[in-house]
Amino acid sequence: MSEKIYSRIIGTGRYLPEKILTNHDLETLVDTSDQWIRERTGIEQRHIAAEGQTTCDLAEQASLKAIEMAGIDPATIDMIVFATTTPDKVFPSTACLLQQRLGIRGCPAFDIQAVCTGFVYAVSVADQFIKTGMAKRVLVVGAETLSRITNWQDRTTCILFGDGAGAVLFEASNQPGILSTHIHADGQYEDLLHVPSGPSKLPQSDDIAEKTMAMKGNEVFKVAVNTLSRIANETLDANNMTKDQIDWLVPHQANLRIITATAKKLGLSDKQVVVTVNKHANTSSASVPMALDEAIRDGRIQPGQTILMEAFGGGFTWGSALLKY
Amino acid sequence: MSSIEDRVKKIVVEQLGVEEAQVTSDASFIDDLGADSLDTVELVMALEEEFDCEIPDEEAEKIATLAQAVAYINANME
Repeated sequence: MSEKIYSRIIGTGRYLPEKILTNHDLETLVDTSDQWIRERTGIEQRHIAAEGQTTCDLAEQASLKAIEMAGIDPATIDMIVFATTTPDKVFPSTACLLQQRLGIRGCPAFDIQAVCTGFVYAVSVADQFIKTGMAKRVLVVGAETLSRITNWQDRTTCILFGDGAGAVLFEASNQPGILSTHIHADGQYEDLLHVPSGPSKLPQSDDIAEKTMAMKGNEVFKVAVNTLSRIANETLDANNMTKDQIDWLVPHQANLRIITATAKKLGLSDKQVVVTVNKHANTSSASVPMALDEAIRDGRIQPGQTILMEAFGGGFTWGSALLKY
Repeated sequence: MSSIEDRVKKIVVEQLGVEEAQVTSDASFIDDLGADSLDTVELVMALEEEFDCEIPDEEAEKIATLAQAVAYINANME
C-alpha cells in the first residue's frame, strides 16, 4: 500500500489595503458610535481598497508573501483555488487573473463562491486534489473587496465589513498536514444574509439596497454560534480527538461576539483563539487565511501544533478544517 | 431540583452579568438590565440549552423579562 499523502502548509501571506476607516470615521457617515460598534462587534477599524484597487490586486500581494515564505518558484504551483464573493470581473475568474499576475501558465485556476466559508471550501477542494495525487502544490487564496458591495447608508451593516486578502500554499507531503475538512450548505437561509441582485437576477430599481449586502443580524448570530460549535464537534469526532487536543482555533472573523460565544460553547480559553476582527472587521473569505498568517508570523502557531479552522457565511454555508502545522 | 424561575434567573444573572437582586420579575432585560440585542439572543440560546427546547424567533422577541421567560417555559414544557 502506498503511503498516505497529506496537504501541508509551506507558506502564508496576507495583505490589507492602506486606507483605514475607523469607527470614528464611520460616525461621520452614519448615525453610530465607536462604543456601540465595539460593544456589539469588537471591531475598531477596517481597511478599504483604494479607488481602482481590486480583489486580485490584494490577492497578488498576499500570494507573493506566501510564495516568499515558502521560498518556491511560482512556476511550480500546479493549481490555484481562489475563494471570493467580490471577483474583479464576471469573468474570467479572479484565479485566472491572479495566475497571469504571478507569471505562470497552464495550471488549473478557478474561483469558489461560498461567501465567508469560501476559504474553508477552497482548502477542502485543494486537499482532495493533493490527497488523490492530482496536484502537488496548490495556492489557496481568500480575497475580498466587500467595500464595493456595502451599503454605506445602512448603519446596521456598513460597520461590519472590510477589505483584505490571505493566501496559503499547500504542498503534498507524507507528514501529517490537513487531517480532515468538512463542508456544508443549507440554501433555505438564502434571505438572511445576501445581496439581492446579481449578473442574472437584475435589480428592480436604482435603490442601492438591491446591490449591496443585507443581513438579519440576530438570526444569523444564533444560527452561526450553534452551527460553529456543532461543526467543531463533528470535526473532532471524525478524527477521534477531543477539545483539549486543539492548540488553536482560527475562526472566521465576523464578529467578536460570535467568536467568544463559540469558544465558550467549545470550552476553549480566549488564549487559544486567534482574533483579528478588531483590526479589519469582517473580510469574508479573506479572514481565516489572514488570521492564520498573523498567528504563524508572530510565532503563536508552532510546527506540530493542531489547528481548527472554521467558518460560517451566506447560503448558509459552513465548514471546518483540522490540520497539523 | 430548583424551580424553573430559579433556573431562568441563574441564566439571566450569568448571561447579563448582573446581580441576582436586580433580576426582578418585571425588570426589562434591555431597559433595566443593560442587555443589547445580541445579549437577548444569547440569553434565549442559553434558555434553549438549559431546557432542551427550541424557541422560535417570533416567540423569542416577546421574551423581555424574567416573568415572560418563565411563562414561556411553563407553557411549552412537558
